[in-house]
Amino acid sequence: MTEQAILALGSLITAGITMAVGALGAAFGESRIGAAGMDALARQPDEAGAITRNQFVALAMVESTAIFCLVIALVLLFANPFIQGS
Amino acid sequence: MTPEIFADPVLAWLGPVPLTRTMITSLATSVALIVASTLIARAVRDQPSGVLAALGRLTTRFLADLVEQAAGQRWPALEAFAGALFLFIAAAAVVGQLPGVPSPTSNLAAAGALAAVVFLAVPLAGVRAKGLGGYLKHYLRPNPLLLPLHIISELSRTLALALRLFGNMMSGHLVVALIVALTGFFVPVPLMALDLLIGLLQAYIFTILSCVYVGAAIRVGEES
Repeated sequence: MTEQAILALGSLITAGITMAVGALGAAFGESRIGAAGMDALARQPDEAGAITRNQFVALAMVESTAIFCLVIALVLLFANPFIQGS
Repeated sequence: MTPEIFADPVLAWLGPVPLTRTMITSLATSVALIVASTLIARAVRDQPSGVLAALGRLTTRFLADLVEQAAGQRWPALEAFAGALFLFIAAAAVVGQLPGVPSPTSNLAAAGALAAVVFLAVPLAGVRAKGLGGYLKHYLRPNPLLLPLHIISELSRTLALALRLFGNMMSGHLVVALIVALTGFFVPVPLMALDLLIGLLQAYIFTILSCVYVGAAIRVGEES
């Protein structure tokens, strides 16, 4: 294999692993937020508005780690500085 | 197929200055927002019971509540700042649903510019509230050894703001583009609705985080 082919192969595999691990972590975190939100809603139904609002904010904050992984994976695939012509 | 993720095609030249697609779409978004705001302001003055006036009052009330919740006090200047950020990002998400027009915030430079505005607004608000010395002193608290960590946290949260907005907007468009390429028309409509929801949610989150950062800057040194 040429050096470029090895680099391309490594980038592809790393992009896949990046997305897999990143999505896994965000999924676990979001499931915990969802469970905690349901729990809080069951305890205090009157505060539904505030709970839902804060829950969405927390969800988006946790989701942003997965989005960072997505950006890294896309950089590896489409804007890799070590692969010529990408 | 190589999707345009980091590219920003130059559409026109204004002398030596290139006008990229993001510049034109964000300018159009801003102009549309200014026109709409002017109409609503006129409606609030002339027809206080009309639909437009109600819309304007609802929006300002929403922003006032958001600022009070995030920054801990009523503060008209921060309401204007938060309103500008929220309305621009929300309008950019709506603009991104037009066919052939990518959202201005799905470009890393535009999202980074919005984050840079927040990055500059934080010390400005802090210096205005506490004075230059009073604000700078908080970098040395509770221990001067923590100065690098303070600086890293300010830089990394700015990077996180920019990347969060960019990544969310860009990934929504990417998913829609992939589904269109694989299946055809009308199949990605639910995903576009989800994309719009995520865009509005990101506008809310960007605004609320900015207000939290600015609100923390004006209360530095006051231990709660």
